[in-house]
Amino acid sequence: MSNTSDSWGSRVGLILAMAGNAVGLGNFLRFPVQAVQNGGGAFIIPYLVCFLLMGIPLLWIEWSVGRFGGRFGNHSTPFILDNMTKRKFWKYFGVFGIFTNIAVAAYYCYIESWTLSYMYHSLMQTFSGMSQTGIASFFDSYTDIGHSTTGIPYEAVVFYIICLVLNTWILSKGLSGGVEKVAKIGMPLLIAFGFLLALKGWTLGDSGATAGCTDCNSFLGLDFLWKPEFKSLYDPKVWLAAAGQIFFTLSVGMGTIQCYAAYVKKNDDIALNAMSAGWMNGFVEIVLGASIVIPIAVGYLGLDWVKENAGFSMAFQTMPYLFQKWGLYLGTAAGFMWFGLLFFAGITSSLAMGTPWMGFMRDEFGWNLKKGAWSFGLIVLMMGLPTVLFYQEGVFGEYDYWAGTVSLVVFALAETILFSWVFGIKRGWEEINLGADMRVPGIYKPIIKYVTPLLLLIVFLAALFTPKDNDWKRAFSEGWELDASSIIGNITHMGIDVNRDYFAEHYESGVSGQVKRVYTERSKVKVEISHADSDTKTTTYEFHPAEHKLQVQEGDQVNRLDKLATGSFVNNIFYTDMARLWLMCLFGFLAYLVHRATKQRKLSGREAS
Amino acid sequence: MSNSAFITMIVVQVTVTIITGYFFYKVLTTPPRQEPDSYSENDDELR
Repeated sequence: MSNTSDSWGSRVGLILAMAGNAVGLGNFLRFPVQAVQNGGGAFIIPYLVCFLLMGIPLLWIEWSVGRFGGRFGNHSTPFILDNMTKRKFWKYFGVFGIFTNIAVAAYYCYIESWTLSYMYHSLMQTFSGMSQTGIASFFDSYTDIGHSTTGIPYEAVVFYIICLVLNTWILSKGLSGGVEKVAKIGMPLLIAFGFLLALKGWTLGDSGATAGCTDCNSFLGLDFLWKPEFKSLYDPKVWLAAAGQIFFTLSVGMGTIQCYAAYVKKNDDIALNAMSAGWMNGFVEIVLGASIVIPIAVGYLGLDWVKENAGFSMAFQTMPYLFQKWGLYLGTAAGFMWFGLLFFAGITSSLAMGTPWMGFMRDEFGWNLKKGAWSFGLIVLMMGLPTVLFYQEGVFGEYDYWAGTVSLVVFALAETILFSWVFGIKRGWEEINLGADMRVPGIYKPIIKYVTPLLLLIVFLAALFTPKDNDWKRAFSEGWELDASSIIGNITHMGIDVNRDYFAEHYESGVSGQVKRVYTERSKVKVEISHADSDTKTTTYEFHPAEHKLQVQEGDQVNRLDKLATGSFVNNIFYTDMARLWLMCLFGFLAYLVHRATKQRKLSGREAS
Repeated sequence: MSNSAFITMIVVQVTVTIITGYFFYKVLTTPPRQEPDSYSENDDELR
C-alpha cells in the first residue's frame, strides 16, 4: 500500500530537523523557570544526570526503533512497534505516537501563533510606551477571543489559522522540500538570535536597575541559576522536575523521532546523528536558554520579583516591556528577534508533529503528501479550535497536561520496556550500533536495560501518586496524601473545590478575603479579591453584566463558597471534561484507523515481519 | 556573581558547547556512505 517514500536531502538537514524538533519554546521558557523553581544551581546536576541516564538512552532507542521500522516500510509508531514483537496489542500503544502529536500540535500551534502575532506587534511598535501592567493585560486581551488588538475581528483565531496553514503548506512539500528547508533556515537563525539576546543577558549587570531596586542585576540572576546548592540533591522533587524537563526538551515519547528516523536506511548511522541532534538541543537550552529570560528579567525587575513570578507567561507579558528599555530601534529589533526565535523554535517542532500522521496514512491508505498534510491541518484545526476559543476556561491546559505530559511518559515507558525486554537488549544493542559512525559506550547496554526503564517507572509512579505539596519527605514520614496535581488528583478534579457543577445559577468564590476592586474592562465586570491570608495575593473573577448579577461590592468581606454573582453559568469543569472527551475521541479514532489498517494488511498479506 | 556560580556556569556551558561542536564536526567530516544511502541531495554526484 505504501506510496513512493519520502526522503531526507542531506545528513546535516536531518540533524537540523531532528534538533529543530527537539528545540522548542520549552528550551527558552520552561528550562529556566524549572531551574528557578527547583533551587537554581541545584537543578543543573540532576538535569545533566537525567540527560545521561534517560535522555541519551531514549534518543538511541527511538532513533533505532524508527530506522528498524522504516526497513519494513513503516513510518509511524503503531506498525513500527508491531514489527518488533509478535504480540499484537503493542501497536495500540503505538497509537500514542500519532495521538500525542496531533493533540500537542493543536495547542502548540496556538502558542506559535502568539509568537507570530507578537513579531508583528514588535515591528509595529505596539508595545511602545506601554506600562508593565499594560503589556500583561495586552496578552489577556489577545487570548480573549471577543477582543481585538489590531482591529482584525477574532484576531487570535485568524493568527492561529495562518499559522496552521503555513505548517500544513510546508508539510505538503515533504521532508527534503519542506521540513528540512525550514530547519536549515530556522535553526541557524534561532541560534544567531539566541546568541545576540544571550549577550545582553551575560553583560547587562545592574545597568538596567531602577532607583531603589537593590536586587536588579543580571549577574544576580545568573548567580541564582548557577550557584550549586548540593543539599537540594537529596530532594526527590528536584530530580523529578529534572527528569520531566529532559522529556520535554528532547521531544522523546512523542513518536516524532521514530518517524524521522524511519527514513534512514539500514546501514546509515543513527548513533552519531542522535548525539549530534540531542547535544545541539542541550546547547540551545543550557547555553542560550539559561542566558536570556531570567538574567534579563532580574536585571530590570529584581531577583525577588522573578522568584515570585517566574513562569511561561514571562515570554509574552514581561519581555516586551523589558525590550522597550533598550530604546526604540534596538527594542524593536530585540522584540522581533525574541519572538522570531520562539517562532522558529515552535515551527520546527510543530512540523515534526505532522509527519507521523502523514507517514501512517501514506503507509496504510496510500495517501499522498498533499492529502496527508491537509488532512493533518484539518484534524489539528478541529482539535485546536477549542483551545483557542476556550483558552481562558482551561481547555488549553487540559490538552497540555494529558497529551503533552502524561502521554509522553506512558509511551516512553512502554517503548523502553518493549525495546529492552521484549525486542531484547541484544538485538536492540545491535540495532543501535548498526552502521554507527561512533563507538557507543558499552556502559549504555545495562543502562538501557535496567536504569532507563526504572527511572521512567519512577517518574510515572511519582506523577501518578504525587504527594501533597510535592513534599516527599513529609509523605514518607507522616503518611501519603495525594496532591491535586497528581494524575489521580487530576482525574478526580481534586483541585476544584468550588463551582463543581457543569451548569449553575450562581458563582462561588474560591478564596476568602475582601473585595478590593470592582471595575469594568473589555465589556466585562471584574471583581478583585485580596486574600485574607496574604498581603499581596489577589484573585480576579470576570462576569458578563448582561447575564450575571453581582452579589458583592467593593469593601465586602467574602468567604470561600460565598456567592459572588447569580445568573446562568457554565463552569470550567464542564470545559475540562469536554476537552478530555474530545481527546479520548481522537485516541479512539486513531485506534480505529490502526484496527482498519491491520485488517487491510491481513487481506493484502502484508502482516508484520 | 559568586565564584562557585561563575565556575559552574563556565564549566557547564563550555563543556556542552565543546561536546555539541565535536559531534557536529564529526558528522560533517565523516565520509558519506556508498549509494544508495538515505539522503537524496548527493545522489547524482556519487553515482
